[in-house]
Amino acid sequence: MSKRIEAHDVDIFYGKFKAVEGVSMTIEPRNVTAFIGPSGCGKTTFLRSINRMHEVLPGAHVTGRITLDGDNIYDPGVDPVTVRSMVGMVFQRPNPFPTMSIRDNVLAGYKINGKKMSKSDADDLVEQSLRGANLWEEVKDRLDRPGSGLSGGQQQRLCIARTVAVHPQVILMDEPCSALDPISTLAIEDLIRELKEDYTIVIVTHNMQQAARVSDTTAFFNIEGTGKPGKLIEMGPTEKIFSTPEVQATEDYITGRFG
Amino acid sequence: MANNTLTPTRADGVRTNALRSGTLPGYAKWACLAGSLAASALVFAVAGWNWPLFGVLGALLYLGSWTIVNAAVRGGRHGSNVFWATLVWIAFFLALVPLVSIIWTVLSNGTRGILEFGFFGSDMAGVTGVQDQAAAAGESGVLGGIKHALIGSLLITLVATLISVPIGLLTSIWLVEYARGGLLARVITFLVDVMTGIPSIVAGLFAAGVLMAHFEFVGGGYSGGNQIMGFTAAVALSVLMIPVVVRSTEEMLRVVPNELREASYALGVRKWRTILRVVIPTAISGIASGVTLAIARVAGETAPILLTAGMAVTTNWNVFKGWMMTLPVFIYQQLMRPTAPSAPDPSTQRAWGAALVLIIIVMLLNLIARFIAAAFAPKQPGR
Amino acid sequence: MAQTTTPPPSLLGAGDARGRFGDSFFRVLTLAAGVLIFVILALVSLYLILESLPAIGASPEELSAGVPFWQYVLPLALGTLMASAIAILLSTPVSIAVALFISHYAPARVSKTVGYVIDILAAIPSVVFGAWGMTTLGPALVPVYEWLSRASAGVPGLSLVFGTPSTTGRTLLTAGIVLAIMILPIITSQCREIFIQTPRLHEEAALALGSTKWDMIKATVFPFARNGIVSAVMLGLGRALGETMAVTLVLAPGALTANLIGVGNKTIPAEIALNYPEAFGLRQSELIAAGLILFVITLAVNMVARWIVSRYAEFSGAN
Repeated sequence: MSKRIEAHDVDIFYGKFKAVEGVSMTIEPRNVTAFIGPSGCGKTTFLRSINRMHEVLPGAHVTGRITLDGDNIYDPGVDPVTVRSMVGMVFQRPNPFPTMSIRDNVLAGYKINGKKMSKSDADDLVEQSLRGANLWEEVKDRLDRPGSGLSGGQQQRLCIARTVAVHPQVILMDEPCSALDPISTLAIEDLIRELKEDYTIVIVTHNMQQAARVSDTTAFFNIEGTGKPGKLIEMGPTEKIFSTPEVQATEDYITGRFG
Repeated sequence: MANNTLTPTRADGVRTNALRSGTLPGYAKWACLAGSLAASALVFAVAGWNWPLFGVLGALLYLGSWTIVNAAVRGGRHGSNVFWATLVWIAFFLALVPLVSIIWTVLSNGTRGILEFGFFGSDMAGVTGVQDQAAAAGESGVLGGIKHALIGSLLITLVATLISVPIGLLTSIWLVEYARGGLLARVITFLVDVMTGIPSIVAGLFAAGVLMAHFEFVGGGYSGGNQIMGFTAAVALSVLMIPVVVRSTEEMLRVVPNELREASYALGVRKWRTILRVVIPTAISGIASGVTLAIARVAGETAPILLTAGMAVTTNWNVFKGWMMTLPVFIYQQLMRPTAPSAPDPSTQRAWGAALVLIIIVMLLNLIARFIAAAFAPKQPGR
Repeated sequence: MAQTTTPPPSLLGAGDARGRFGDSFFRVLTLAAGVLIFVILALVSLYLILESLPAIGASPEELSAGVPFWQYVLPLALGTLMASAIAILLSTPVSIAVALFISHYAPARVSKTVGYVIDILAAIPSVVFGAWGMTTLGPALVPVYEWLSRASAGVPGLSLVFGTPSTTGRTLLTAGIVLAIMILPIITSQCREIFIQTPRLHEEAALALGSTKWDMIKATVFPFARNGIVSAVMLGLGRALGETMAVTLVLAPGALTANLIGVGNKTIPAEIALNYPEAFGLRQSELIAAGLILFVITLAVNMVARWIVSRYAEFSGAN
């Protein structure tokens, strides 16, 4: 239920502007990989290219190879929709669908795609996904209420449940806690540790403590200056990156000298 | 408070606030207004009473006197401030005058019309100058009604909506969701702008002409008025309605947060399903409200229908054959070409009755639009 | 976690052909609608031009008025422009003031109500405005016109504009006033939109310097809104030029004259509305040519308005 991601010499563009250059990395399955780095270093851009969300923006494109268990997701014949159903994504701000109830939000991946499902299957899936997102106990009595009525942290867990419900191989998280309070953040972090039993998880975070707390592997991105592309500087086991990094820039960033 | 010690004390021991020096008491304004109105009343009591002129003179006197009082007591800067503020208030009341007058005219003249027996249930078949002259002489009630016009308005507007809404909706979807600011998108946006400015009479000319050309082609010669039918009018109204629908829908689609589209894509949902199942449901209340307003707008159109559907006197249910009447054209016809030119009163009464009905319909549509927009708006995602 | 539903699809060669077809089909469908608008507009222009040509090229004897086409259409165009100019002159100051009233002067609750009131005014069908102008406003203005005529008698210039008054009040000035009332909500709502976008910081900065409200409006609101006001007025002008029914009902048509309060003058839309239903052959072509000229005039006015708006959008900090 989880796949290895490999990137080979990936360049990412916004129109003519090259935002990320020459990224090659391997992301292990059943593992939490954190991307850290200063603002504008391309970590979110790279994350969005792993499920081909980057190209949703006008003029944006990617060169190089990104493979899921060896299959290149940028092969000409590959449908981005297939990639996205395998690589789920949780966004910076919780974004439940405002027109749908909590239950329908969890089932959104099926409902929007017009897939038929028996009521009992649907009920099972809703419970399973909400339990998976540690949200079941809090919302089981109000599944038919709008998802936008929940608190920010609950909404974000609802979005995770929505992602889990379509059974992806990989879950990408783009600063999932940046809009949340500390208590909700803790709940999400606990959830991430549980989810890594089943999924490959990639998380972008601005919060180095968070990277240290939840991740097994950390990748540090940096940018030389405005207008220059972001690059992968160093990647390795989280303890090593945070204790004895090999590159000076990584150490400077970790110790708070910039960023 | 510290500044109490600084406050000057009058001889009688009552403290006055130093900050209030150079201001006017609250009643000064009302005293000034009352004085101006009284002066104006006096003038017209002598010169012969005239309500509008009384209002105009009173307002001008108030504007002048209140400005001068302020300029004298508080300085020229405050004088000009008060002058413009008063002018703004006067402008507001001035704008109310025609509105009140129109509503009053329509209500007072129209009520009698719609209370006439058979006003809603009959058309103008068999109602000629003879009947109207009898009605004007008080020998009978005013005959005839607006059944044909109501049905015509309903059918023509319905067909126009059926043509415009799909075209308008799909175009705005293309503009918002597919066009990425390319040349074609700019051209179409520009053309929609152009279309918004087409005078309604020109839209009527176009529909009449294009369908006539079609009939000439099919009939191999002069069309003989075959193109005059409800459908032609609906085409003309569509030319006016499409840009309104595109504009309002486009606006509503653009405010749907991109996050929702991305959330849907990230679940592996295709774009067209995302648009149909996520974007449109989120914007549906705004879209519906915009469409309702567009309907309200074309329901009141007269000129294009005059050129395209003619003026029927009997009820016609077939939009593809024969002349049709609509409410606005009915009003126009009854006022401009009274059924009995020597006794126009019954026609005028019917016209105002129809005007009242038309205004009520248009206002209802506007209310419905507001209601839809307010009641079915999805709750915004919480922070 | 136990997985019960939908085995994961394989990644490569996942030719979900139907889904892909849905995507391209929908894309083409929406594009077709956009192109249809293009086609409609092209047809409008093409048709107007083709049908106009016979009248424009015809000799005077063949035409209804017995004069060359341009001589026939020029008075109509001038009448249209005069009525619209009156409307703009009367409506602009009142509209700006009402917009200011809503945005800066009225108490919050009142300003919302006034907003509704303006919307109601905008929703009234033009034929009702026409009926009102014809039966209520026109007769009510007769004594005013008589007074104006008496008062300006002998004054050079004025006596030309305020000549012999009409006895019905159905004159170009009345039509202009009705048009002014009709475009008031358009200009007002556009101006209000811009006035309320004035950066709050600027306003507060001005007030903090001890400005009166009017000083503040002069210093912050008007400079910010200048282009917006111009474009709002142009949009109102575009509407006034094309307005048919109000003028057709209010104005008793006649020859071109500078006398605004007497019998006379015609406008293009009213001329079409009054004559097209009975016209055929070359007469029809004449009216369509007049319609084409009206279309070109309104197009030019709207273009200028849009151009100003787009410039405004680029250079202001709004949005």
